[in-house]
Amino acid sequence: MNYNLDHLKELESEAIYILRETAAQFERPALLFSGGKDSIAVAHLARKAFYPAKFPFPLVHVDTGHNFPETIAFRDAIVVSLGANLIVASVQESIDKGRVREESGKNASRNALQTVTLLDTIEEYSFDACIGGARRDEDKARAKERFFSHRDDFGQWDPKNQRPELWNILNGKHNQGEHFRVFPISNWTEMDVWQYILKENLEIPTIYFSHQREVIYRDRSYLPISEFSNLREGEKSENKIVRFRTLGDITITGAIESEASTLEQIIEEVSSVRQTERGNRADDKRGDAAMEDRKKQGYF
Amino acid sequence: METIKDTTDLLRFTTAGSVDDGKSTLIGRLLYDSKTIFEDQLEQVKEASNRKGLGHIDLSLLTDGLRSEREQGITIDVAYRYFATPKRKFIIADTPGHVQYTRNMVTGASTANLALILIDARKGILEQTSRHSFIASLLKIPHLIVCINKMDLVDYSKDSYDKIVESYKTFASKLEVQDIHFVPISALHGDNIVNRSEVMNWYQGSTLLNLLETVHIASDHNHVDCRMPIQYVIRPHSDEFHDYRGYAGRIAGGVFKPGDDIVVLPSGFESKIKSIDSFDGSISEAFAPMSVSITLEDDIDISRGDMIARPHNQPQNVQEIEVMLCWFDNAKLNPSGKFLLKHTSNDVRAVVKDIRYKLDINTLHRNEEDLEVNMNDIARVRLRLAKPVLVDTYSKNRITGSIILIDEGSNNAVAAGMIV
Repeated sequence: MNYNLDHLKELESEAIYILRETAAQFERPALLFSGGKDSIAVAHLARKAFYPAKFPFPLVHVDTGHNFPETIAFRDAIVVSLGANLIVASVQESIDKGRVREESGKNASRNALQTVTLLDTIEEYSFDACIGGARRDEDKARAKERFFSHRDDFGQWDPKNQRPELWNILNGKHNQGEHFRVFPISNWTEMDVWQYILKENLEIPTIYFSHQREVIYRDRSYLPISEFSNLREGEKSENKIVRFRTLGDITITGAIESEASTLEQIIEEVSSVRQTERGNRADDKRGDAAMEDRKKQGYF
Repeated sequence: METIKDTTDLLRFTTAGSVDDGKSTLIGRLLYDSKTIFEDQLEQVKEASNRKGLGHIDLSLLTDGLRSEREQGITIDVAYRYFATPKRKFIIADTPGHVQYTRNMVTGASTANLALILIDARKGILEQTSRHSFIASLLKIPHLIVCINKMDLVDYSKDSYDKIVESYKTFASKLEVQDIHFVPISALHGDNIVNRSEVMNWYQGSTLLNLLETVHIASDHNHVDCRMPIQYVIRPHSDEFHDYRGYAGRIAGGVFKPGDDIVVLPSGFESKIKSIDSFDGSISEAFAPMSVSITLEDDIDISRGDMIARPHNQPQNVQEIEVMLCWFDNAKLNPSGKFLLKHTSNDVRAVVKDIRYKLDINTLHRNEEDLEVNMNDIARVRLRLAKPVLVDTYSKNRITGSIILIDEGSNNAVAAGMIV
């Protein structure tokens, strides 16, 4: 017997450990679920961590109202199969209530507005831990994240004053009104997630696979045409064979040209692709520290 | 870049370094030569290098994450980076090297299998070389790779290399590291990093990447002394699993099998393992660092904070511990301070009884006169606990032998300790 775990087993074991610590150390944890592959992997890990008990966390979906219809259908199906409770936090509602104002201008999106909706939801339900699928390999600011990441009374992250995290001792102590973001797959790469989805045979939304779609070419990526699209002068939509590497708000999530129609082909593609997966996200192109700035305010 | 093979294992290593020793260049080189850097990342770094008026691509910009770090040109915090080869996946804990960041080095070292130590071939062993090596030894990192860097600046001279290796070996006799390797490299030109150097024919050993890929890590966990701290009790309360009680935890040491005699601590009740469960079915053998759920033959009251061990191989049950403490907080350690101590899945109050000595992290000199423990200091300290805990020495088990101290006012971790 060789007492050595392969890397996916070790990463899985680490994530399960973190999820169990979350359930043990917090009163009201929730799992932030976008319907994207990373949150699908985290939800699956949570199911494994507490088996055969039932799914221990409510799923929270921050809904910008600008969705891929496929994601919503998928979300509703997975909620049923996990036997979980779903809480939808609606950005549209935040707008209607006057909590936030819709951005205007040619680069307008609802991305930044999500932060307010999320923080309002955390307060409404008194969540003290929000589990998310963020990974350290996604972005320079995320590379510095802890597994248990403290948020102050205002939901803010203070990157320069983070709590030290050593060995596998996780410190979730907090005062009333503060909360934690918990990142069980911090140490996973995009490739690890795909390999895990393949190994565990997980269902993912169909738009991760190659399909034909009406798109426009803008800022070096293919943006999907939807009811929310505003074509700029001179822009013309075209039909392309594409797939999405990440799933977010439909107005800002770009597709890549791809023929990959199976998980194996996606893995093949990911291993040879020369762009980071968030390179097609317009929200990350707002400057070098775009992610750090949003995270400080309470973004995912 | 990575391949689709998924049966590789995982090596966690730490680096420490300051501005000039080429650490960022070395990491950049590993990422670049293993094709982990993406085009858009490289574009960003190129643009930023141009903005700063540099004539070359500054790979350190790739590794410095926070705005203040990029502005000041230093790494402040621990940053984690990832790369993979067909043989192995790697997690790098990249830490700053100055003495004022000792706590960050200790953090990065706490989970590492291996430490990369960089020596400038022109300068030989410096204070910071010893510091990084001592920290690696103190945190019981099992493997060390010493890279003699900037060989291009000493004409790739075998003599210079041999001298440094000799003096490091003399120095390392004071350390408790079993496995030390040496490689002459030039991070700037890529010699002996991924590809074998063409100008250093006199070196017949492995390249750095080859060493990283082949260091034997399967024995880094303790597979002898059975320890499983209970994290959580799984009680489904369903019809199908009516009386099910799964004791969930991550195995900290030893090998557990169904049928094994076990003891539950601190109660001391003995039982047998009925099954080791996971979502994927029953497991015939569980070992560190697996997360599992164990059921027992007998109905015993067990909760979070308890530990499962073997009747004839138990951890110490003690109410007083001595630790090598690394102090993290801005305010100095109060010699009779009270804290919340975290050890495995246990929280217990602790009070400082005695500060024995302070360790000079550059020379290993024990200072018994000046006992003021400030941020980044390392000291041997005796702690008295409100109730007994189940511990091993850190040298026996890095999980059951480690603690952190939390300030109950701020909830912040103010120290990390290794049980002596």
